[in-house]
Amino acid sequence: MVRFENVGLRYGTGPEVLKDLTFSIEPHSFQFLTGPSGAGKTSLLRLLFLSLRPTRGLITLFQHDATRLRRSEIAALRRRIGIVFQDFRLLDHLTTYENVALPLRVAERDEASYRSEVVELLQWVGLGERLHALPPVLSGGEKQRAAIARALISRPELLLADEPTGNVDPALARRLLRLLVELKKSGTSVLIATHDVALMDQYDAPRLVLDEGRLYSGQ
Amino acid sequence: MRRDSCSTRGGFIPGNRELANLNSPRPTAEAKPARDYGEPMMAHVNPILPDDTVTGRSLLAVVAIMSFLAALTVGAVEIVHVAAQEWRTDVVREATIQVRPMPGRDLDADARKAAEIAQAAPGVVEARVFTKEETERLLEPWLGTGADLAALPIPHLVQVKLAASATPDFDRLRRTLSDSVPNATLDDHRGFSSRLAAISDTVALTGLALLALVLAATVLSVSFATRGAVAANRAVVEVLHFVGARDSFVARIFARHFLTLGLQGGLIGGAMAAALFGLARLLSNVLGSFPRSGDAASFLGHFALNARGFLWIAAIAAAMALVTALASRITVHRTLRAID
Repeated sequence: MVRFENVGLRYGTGPEVLKDLTFSIEPHSFQFLTGPSGAGKTSLLRLLFLSLRPTRGLITLFQHDATRLRRSEIAALRRRIGIVFQDFRLLDHLTTYENVALPLRVAERDEASYRSEVVELLQWVGLGERLHALPPVLSGGEKQRAAIARALISRPELLLADEPTGNVDPALARRLLRLLVELKKSGTSVLIATHDVALMDQYDAPRLVLDEGRLYSGQ
Repeated sequence: MRRDSCSTRGGFIPGNRELANLNSPRPTAEAKPARDYGEPMMAHVNPILPDDTVTGRSLLAVVAIMSFLAALTVGAVEIVHVAAQEWRTDVVREATIQVRPMPGRDLDADARKAAEIAQAAPGVVEARVFTKEETERLLEPWLGTGADLAALPIPHLVQVKLAASATPDFDRLRRTLSDSVPNATLDDHRGFSSRLAAISDTVALTGLALLALVLAATVLSVSFATRGAVAANRAVVEVLHFVGARDSFVARIFARHFLTLGLQGGLIGGAMAAALFGLARLLSNVLGSFPRSGDAASFLGHFALNARGFLWIAAIAAAMALVTALASRITVHRTLRAID
């Protein structure tokens, strides 16, 4: 599904922040990406999300060479990837329902065709009663789940989550983790970037450890 | 290896209903009967771009003010242009015969004779000898009131009005006049007309130069204000981009949003300018009924903006909307390229 071969990344003329990364994400897999703050987790996620281009090496994403993609192809590939941002990135003027439906709306689908899907997903993540609430009145946990629902609504093949439990208490973090594990069971490959060791200890999954820009595998 | 899309979310959502209780103790969809999420509830869908924002209102104000100023300039240039054309036409449509006193000749009879000759010439609508009172009024600024003109060798004047479309043969008329009335000279106003033409051309060109400056300032300020408004929506651009929106989709919703905003601003500014010209016309008509108000009217034709002027104002409003939409489109594309 995703393959990195000797990938390196530097910003401008600065030092390399990611060095010789070689790994792959297989279909139906679940992995943690961890490492100290500043190790390059977010940069790696941005490479996976085609928001950055590597300065060297080869990235293959859904059988496409990521360095040779045209802008129009990037949009099509992004629809196969769901991303949960650390800061949620919900639009404050749209309701929870509208935020979650956004990926389908930008795909220019008719609202009547996805309404029940969105409502059902929101009920599944426990936001069935918060459909019409605007993000500023949602709690941190509710925002987190709305962000996860938005990443899932277009049935992505790959889900990338950046510190998805960073803003919630440990009990809710455990529940969110269960939600993500359930996703993996339903066929979505999941990569969770986190530095929460306690969270990773709750689920036995491969860990990609980033340290000073280099990647180490662990369990 | 994409999964086939399921007809219902039920095929995609895992069966673990415990997840629905994530926000416990808050009552959940399962704890309470599901609400009716049918048509009426979702009828209103918020636009992807927020409608009422501070930057949006500021942009609306900038577009309205700049459209107002540009429309005022366009209207004023049109009024001056039309007035200058009318001065020239009026002057060219008239000629004057001057009959000078000459020893041994009857001045009144000569003036009448000259008028008859002019009246007979082709292209002449009317030839009329100025009355004694009219002549006195003409000389009043120099001689004051109550001057006894009979004691002075004052020439008599014949006003010759020409048909609008005709081009009279002035040389022939001049020869006929000098044969019959040797003390008469014909002034076809050509010298005055050419000087007036130069003045009105200068006024019109100055107006056009001012208009070009105002339009340039308008386009620049509106595009900068639009860029600011798009920049304020950068978060929306980024989110749309990351959820898989094509660049053309993002550019389209921004262009549509800002086209509407620009149209509103352009219409407000244009309507204000049109109303001001309408008010000025009304006032000049009212004031025109007062004595000694004819001077301004003779220059500006009662300050009336014609239909073409109002069309220009409508064109300014439409142009403002297009500039706003275009500036937003360019800025959005630039923002999208900057994100990746």
